[in-house]
Amino acid sequence: MREITIPIGDDVIRSLKVGDPVALSGVMVTGRDTVHKWLIETFIKQTRPAQGDDLQVYEALKPLLKGGVIYHCGPVVSGLDTKQYKFVAAGPTTSIREEPYQSDVMKHFDIKGVIGKGGMGAKTLKGCQEVPGVYFHAIGGAATFIAQSVTKVLGVYKLDFGVPESLWVIEVKDFPAVVTMDAHGQSLHEVVEEQSGKVLAELLAK
Amino acid sequence: MRDLTNEILELIRLTSSHLPADVEKRLRAAVEKEAAGSAAQGALETILKNVELSRQNSTPICQDTGTPIFYVKYPLGWSTIQLRQMIRTALAEATKRSYMRPNAVDAIYDRNSGNNLGGDDFPYIHFEEVEGDELTIELMLKGGGCENVGAQYSLPDNRLGAGRDLAGVRKAVLDAVHKAQGQGCAPSILGVAIGGDRGSGYLKSKEILYQKIGEPNADPKLAALETQLTEEANSMGIGPMGFGGQTTVIDTKITGLSRLPASYFVSVSYMCWAYRRRKMTVRGDEVMYE
Repeated sequence: MREITIPIGDDVIRSLKVGDPVALSGVMVTGRDTVHKWLIETFIKQTRPAQGDDLQVYEALKPLLKGGVIYHCGPVVSGLDTKQYKFVAAGPTTSIREEPYQSDVMKHFDIKGVIGKGGMGAKTLKGCQEVPGVYFHAIGGAATFIAQSVTKVLGVYKLDFGVPESLWVIEVKDFPAVVTMDAHGQSLHEVVEEQSGKVLAELLAK
Repeated sequence: MRDLTNEILELIRLTSSHLPADVEKRLRAAVEKEAAGSAAQGALETILKNVELSRQNSTPICQDTGTPIFYVKYPLGWSTIQLRQMIRTALAEATKRSYMRPNAVDAIYDRNSGNNLGGDDFPYIHFEEVEGDELTIELMLKGGGCENVGAQYSLPDNRLGAGRDLAGVRKAVLDAVHKAQGQGCAPSILGVAIGGDRGSGYLKSKEILYQKIGEPNADPKLAALETQLTEEANSMGIGPMGFGGQTTVIDTKITGLSRLPASYFVSVSYMCWAYRRRKMTVRGDEVMYE
């Protein structure tokens, strides 16, 4: 088990290999479908004008994401009425939906780690080589267990996206994950898909 | 008519936080099959720890508390209007208590309602009048990750070489499992409906997921295909979470529907390992949960 502290330096990122179990500690930000689309359209491709508190949120995110980690997660949060937020259940969501956006978002903010489940595709893998960055796979559905590693909710942005889609800034201690895509172009998901594809071809030929 | 709001709230709490015993048993058996120290075994161990913790703390097994799918079977004398209202009230309360995540998003205006109540379709409620004097409410919570990897095939399918027969069904289901990889949170349970139209096929493929794991199909032809599909799907080696490993599919359930001469649909519902389903039965003053 490698203990990793966020923000993560390039040397640490390059030392991580597919299959390495890690325990992450530090501050990370949740962001999934709505967030990625919003980041791309508003700040990266700039196809829609910034509105409301967009620019303030953008400025607040920049230092959090530089060398940081984005977590594909739509948590169950208690304390919404009192703003004494607590993560009750917080496993990863399926990452492949962010495939069109992820690599550009990583490069724009210098994000070193993406946490999710199910893995991502060729575009993100290339992004991981360029940034450099890695993909950390958390255990899908292990929501109560993972929520225990969230020690504090530091704040939330864009709550109007809905609780699951907001940007939650959280402090974590020993967040468990496995590296499944590294900065050297290796992807466990690519390997499993190819190997299982060969078996499928044999089964279909029967 | 009796107010069941609190009892339905308890049904929701149990469903979200207590994984059914038949599922947990299969997950425990799966741990032994994976190589010691492998990522697949580690994933299953984490899953089981999470199952225990969620039960102890009454917190959601998975943060995606899914689409709430209710099947209500009621004897004469109950009002479906009132039952619907009880279910909706209980669901909003369950959301307030963090048993459920607010999951109803208006697809046109992108607004989360915040309380799990959307239009008439969310939560999904199926009503059916039955003989006798027992009211039963079954609830299934199906998360979005596994819902997204569900698939529907219209046979024949040239690419797969799948014709309009059970051999063709086999090929379609295996293709769906391969396409899903780890994205639907394997190990999974497959619900397969053959026939129907595009709507009824998908609905039926979910409905059969209310059945217990390991209950053999009454039709020996389908029972054999179920076993074969589970084994062959596992031979692809996708494994828990798609990490590579022995157990990708825990069980397969197949059923048939009448079809049009022109149509031959194979609808596959992929259920993640967090296979949350519970039933409550109301008989006189008694309310039982299983």
